[in-house]
Amino acid sequence: MRIVIIDDSGARATVLEEGLRGAGYDDIHVVLPRGAFVARLERMAPDVVLMDLGNPSRDTLEEMLIVSRALAKPIAMFVDQSDDSMIAAAIDAGVSAYVVDGLRKERIKPILDLAIRRFNAFARMQSELEDARTQLADRKTIDRAKVILMAQRGLSEPEAYALLRTSAMNQGKKMVDIAAALITANDLLGGTP
Amino acid sequence: MTPIRIAFLGLTDAAVLVAAREKGFAESEGIALELLRDTSWATLRDRLVYGQVQAAHMLAPLAVAVTLGLSQQPCALAAPYKLNVNGNLLVMAPEFAVALEPDTSVRLHDPLAMAHDFAAAIGLHHRKPIIGVVHRFSSHALILRYVLASAGIDPDRDVVLRVLPPSLMVEAMRAREIDGFTAGEPWGSCAIEAGLAEAVAVGERLWQRGVEKVLTFRADWMEANAETVDALLRAMAKATAWCDDPANREELASLLSGAAYVGQPAALIERALAGCIVARQGETAVNLPNFLMFGREATAFPWQSQALWIYSQLLRWRMIEPDDAAPARAAAVFRPDIYRRALASSDAPMPGASMKVEGALIDPLPIGAPRGAITLGPDRFFDGRMFDPARIEDYLAGF
Repeated sequence: MRIVIIDDSGARATVLEEGLRGAGYDDIHVVLPRGAFVARLERMAPDVVLMDLGNPSRDTLEEMLIVSRALAKPIAMFVDQSDDSMIAAAIDAGVSAYVVDGLRKERIKPILDLAIRRFNAFARMQSELEDARTQLADRKTIDRAKVILMAQRGLSEPEAYALLRTSAMNQGKKMVDIAAALITANDLLGGTP
Repeated sequence: MTPIRIAFLGLTDAAVLVAAREKGFAESEGIALELLRDTSWATLRDRLVYGQVQAAHMLAPLAVAVTLGLSQQPCALAAPYKLNVNGNLLVMAPEFAVALEPDTSVRLHDPLAMAHDFAAAIGLHHRKPIIGVVHRFSSHALILRYVLASAGIDPDRDVVLRVLPPSLMVEAMRAREIDGFTAGEPWGSCAIEAGLAEAVAVGERLWQRGVEKVLTFRADWMEANAETVDALLRAMAKATAWCDDPANREELASLLSGAAYVGQPAALIERALAGCIVARQGETAVNLPNFLMFGREATAFPWQSQALWIYSQLLRWRMIEPDDAAPARAAAVFRPDIYRRALASSDAPMPGASMKVEGALIDPLPIGAPRGAITLGPDRFFDGRMFDPARIEDYLAGF
């Protein structure tokens, strides 16, 4: 069974491809949705096409599925409409799957289940990465504000930190917001560092 | 508050939805409106069909096509409210447009002559022109086919129609993947402003009162949630009136320019709202007062004859097999009964009939209405043909 993954973020495609290979599928191709990708896809004659539900290339792909003469059998998203819970899970996970007509449901289900799990795992990974990035950026901002307070008010590091925290609590704001405001004010006043 | 999620694409004609949320019209009807932007029509369609959203800002022909089972999972959709009329631009690269009438104002006002020039320009072009369309089942694509065919161009043979989402058109022009495109604003104006294209035709001159985006529900959900639907339609009617008031134009353009909506400069968005279209970079704007309509002349009323015109075009271009049951199913996508029920106690204009002969009005016509009178504007097609919804076969035989 030939599976094509269309994806412009390399990471998600890799996560999905590894999963599929691990489950014993070996005819897997990853295609970037750029330029003449539709013509490439046509030559590949895939049985299943997997892609992100929000991928902007889906309109282009669906047009190809309608007009293509190379694909003898029509391809539809979710051939078997009877499995509502699986379709709902796929939509929620952001998976869209185009499947050649005639492929049996039992052969599609494991692929789709795997895609759903991998898409969900990837989304979790992304949000954890995003959290980590934000935390790092927040810490840098707070460190800069501490340095300003230490230099201009002659405070020690724990004192500068305590002052920021107390100000945040008194104003009901986040420490990083107080720190950012301090940095802006300092920049405006031409202060150092 | 009842939470409602509506999917939309980043286009100027999402204005009524944006105003309903940002100006508090939805909230005042007890609706917590959440707007969810998508890039492609396929994603928007799937969110609606599979229930991630309760309603969508949808291409009218796509709503008909999904209902008739032509676009992936068949699903009965219902459109009780038109979010706008007109608003599209056909733009082509300057290298192609050089063979057309050079005076852009003359060109835009005479689409029939433009179509014949276009046929000649195809022969002069170094390759078969590739024209971007936003979807097979879009009013843009259907009317483009109609215009090209009027000059003897076979849209399936003499040009390549390439499907791309509207917000990707400008980049595709820049990369020379397409030679022109037809899309909702502001994308045509963006390409013109970047010097990549010039205006070749405006929707308003092709069908003076066409059909464009419709507020679409799943029919079963709409029937099961009558009170919410009515409240939402009342909010839409208020938002429509607000969008129509020229005094609010600047604020509306500024709202739409936000990153969560269209994400393009307000000045470009305002061109469509004001009906002042700059056809070529640096030129004075061409005045087209009906370029994009929201509420005047009962614009929001879903004439079932327009759903049938869409069906006739699906037949004409062999996108559907003739079927005795299909016309009734297509007409039933447009739901004037729901419009009347929801807006009965409002001051929204309320036509008495549900169908009309399309393209018959040369001059404005006052029509009878249960409440006051409405004047319908001229609704001619560019070639002067008339569409009688009771005689679809005769209409098609005339081409």
